[in-house]
Amino acid sequence: MHKRSLELGVGAFVIMSIIALLLLALNVSGLRYQSDADIYHLYARFENLSGLSERAKVSLSGVTIGRVVEIKLDTQDYVAVVKMAIKKGIPLSLDTSASVLTSGLLGEKYIGLSVGADEETLLSGDVIEDTQSAIVLEELIGQFLFSRSSD
Amino acid sequence: MINLVVTIGQRCMFVCQMIGRSGVFLSQILGWGSGFKAPVSRVIKQVYQIGVLSLPIILVSGVFVGMVLALQGYSILSSYGSQEAVGQMVALSLLREFGPVVSALLFVGRAGSALTAEIGLMKTTEQLSAMEIMGVDPLKRVFSPRLWAGVISLPLLAALFSLLGIYGGAFVAVNILGVYEGSYWANMQGSVLFYDDVIKGLIKALVFAFVTTWIALFHGWNAKPTSDGISRATTATVVQGALAVLGLDFILTAVMLGGF
Repeated sequence: MHKRSLELGVGAFVIMSIIALLLLALNVSGLRYQSDADIYHLYARFENLSGLSERAKVSLSGVTIGRVVEIKLDTQDYVAVVKMAIKKGIPLSLDTSASVLTSGLLGEKYIGLSVGADEETLLSGDVIEDTQSAIVLEELIGQFLFSRSSD
Repeated sequence: MINLVVTIGQRCMFVCQMIGRSGVFLSQILGWGSGFKAPVSRVIKQVYQIGVLSLPIILVSGVFVGMVLALQGYSILSSYGSQEAVGQMVALSLLREFGPVVSALLFVGRAGSALTAEIGLMKTTEQLSAMEIMGVDPLKRVFSPRLWAGVISLPLLAALFSLLGIYGGAFVAVNILGVYEGSYWANMQGSVLFYDDVIKGLIKALVFAFVTTWIALFHGWNAKPTSDGISRATTATVVQGALAVLGLDFILTAVMLGGF
């Protein structure tokens, strides 16, 4: 009978650990099963990303609706091209604008979208035309100082 | 002067010899050339000895480490006004470092020392020689199951350690320090990545498990068959195991973060 209780202990240990691993995956890292069927891709061209990284959030009205998948440099126009994966079922109008924002004063960079009034919607592979680059603090300070000195 | 050089030479030869012997020992345990043969029932028995019986210390330490991390993190983060990030800090430090490293150190102290002492005593009382005379290969019957049990147990223990630490941290941060519960978990989920943080932490634990169990088994096997020899071997297991864990942790972290 002793052997049985031993096997019970080991079994309980392994099951507990697997549950722990699942909780770590689902609850802690927020892993969600996402197949390509659930998302569509959009592109946006920015003059300056200023520290936006891959896997950054894409949010609309403060709600995360996707992630940045890929960042490339367009060597013809020298602008950054950002590929975003957006959840299906969230139609974005053709005149949606995208801007690189910062969460909080020192927080991470993310892409904020704001929807326009157009009836037509963006399809997978489309490019968002209306973009606004990240605000670079040094440039702002530079402008401020410059305008002060010219006064 | 000549004597000094001779002594240094002897020490170096001795260390090289030990490394070589432990390598041969490992390849014999793994049964290279003769195929992997560790009876499953023996592995299960050792998982009980090594893993299940280590649970109390691992779980209790996990909760306390998580709670301390939350307290410390809160006191620093609140001076920047970003105490919501405490969840992220607790989870990342547990998953990446504290989970694998602290549970490996506890594992060396709790299970590694026991393995060395047990095998050392088996050798002293000539049980290992008796097995050989009976035609039973002690490497397969005694060592191999213990090695596999260690390799199975430690990653599981590390996962439990991290999870309990995160819940312990949540308890302190939310119930005592008054961080909003939603932002604790949301910040964590926003920054913890399954592959980069959880899986890489478990890979670390797997490497630590392999190396520490190997060290423990080798010192038991290599112990002088006296009571003094066993005590030396146990000490060597704990010291070298802990150093191996910390040293390997630096190397693995450097490789995983891509710093080199």
